[in-house]
Amino acid sequence: MFIDMTAMSDVTVLLLTFFMLTANFVKKEPVQVVTPASVSEIKIPETNILSILVDPTGKIFMSLDKQADMAATLEAVGQEYGVTFTPEEIKKFSLLQTFGAPMNQMKSFLGLSTEQQDKLLKDMGIPCDSTDNQFKAWIRNARATNRDLRIAIKADQNTPYSVIKNVMTSLQDLRENRYNLITSLKTTSDEQ
Amino acid sequence: MAEIQDNGGNGKKGREKTKQKKMTVRVDFTPMVDMNMLLITFFMLCTTLSKPQTMEISMPSNDKNITEEQQNKVKASQAVTLLLADEGKLYYYEGEPNYEDYTSLKETTYDADGLRKMLLRKNYDAVKQVNELKIKKANLEISEDEYKKEVAEVKGGKNTPTVIIKATDNSTYKNLIDALDEMQICSIGKYVIVDITDGDKFLIDNYNSKGQLSAQAAGNV
Repeated sequence: MFIDMTAMSDVTVLLLTFFMLTANFVKKEPVQVVTPASVSEIKIPETNILSILVDPTGKIFMSLDKQADMAATLEAVGQEYGVTFTPEEIKKFSLLQTFGAPMNQMKSFLGLSTEQQDKLLKDMGIPCDSTDNQFKAWIRNARATNRDLRIAIKADQNTPYSVIKNVMTSLQDLRENRYNLITSLKTTSDEQ
Repeated sequence: MAEIQDNGGNGKKGREKTKQKKMTVRVDFTPMVDMNMLLITFFMLCTTLSKPQTMEISMPSNDKNITEEQQNKVKASQAVTLLLADEGKLYYYEGEPNYEDYTSLKETTYDADGLRKMLLRKNYDAVKQVNELKIKKANLEISEDEYKKEVAEVKGGKNTPTVIIKATDNSTYKNLIDALDEMQICSIGKYVIVDITDGDKFLIDNYNSKGQLSAQAAGNV
């Protein structure tokens, strides 16, 4: 004699389906970023996000949520820097979750295996200084690809302001004057 | 795992014995449930249930074609300039900077009784009105849209202070977010992030040396 588990099984399958459908996985990020806390409670929209990841040492990574946008942006930026990509490379690029390789290394980077890419990406980053501002090129072309993009900056709380200023002025130069700053919710509400 | 139960036929004889036996198939679902539970746990742990919070900001355009008049000239008496320095230090001055008197620059903190207290005092009327609106919204007297509109009106009011945030290169991103956060808490609608000038750096240095720099400068003249 045993307990009938059919009903239990039904329930678990139902729950499983729910979790599978609502799951949006934690994005793999090349660097660990602790966002500063804020009282702001606005949620970030789900689609059309261009997120800019800034780590404490000032390395910049970017990600787009649509694969079609990723591919189109890569082609456009590649054209600007005189790099042509094969369809396989473009496909590989569009499957990346975060990108941050400088243009001159992009081609060799895309040829590597996923594990090697993860290992290398930590030390890369999109150049964003006055001499070589590839960051601007990425933003401009991403904007050209998708007009509805919203820019979200996710920076570590210990990032020096000089780095943030660099990102912000680059955005200002492109007349991207409205953007979001990603923060985490303040746990201890000490509001008044 | 599955078991075929044989009910009927037990202890019966004769004609009934030749009749086909009635069978019930029962499958044990316990391992299935185990596996499902495991998968559920996996999905629960891997899901980001809460979306990250965000703060929306609009930066001033740095278009060079905008003339001085078009840039909103801030009434000196209503401007508060915040200087975010390194190591979590925060200074502010009201109105125009006074380079001779180092006490015109005041040091404060990001705590509730530092910056917030000062801003709340400056923005007392607006905060009071916003709080009243909040209560009205909580009591369902006004709708969400009306609330937003009214709050925007109050925040953009004539007598609200304008806050200018100037961050030094050594301050961190957290400092900037903390400062922006205070703007939201204190219902300040007009604030701007601008680059720090040499004059502001001088003010901080002068403050830290307790007026020695300005004394020197006066001596040189």
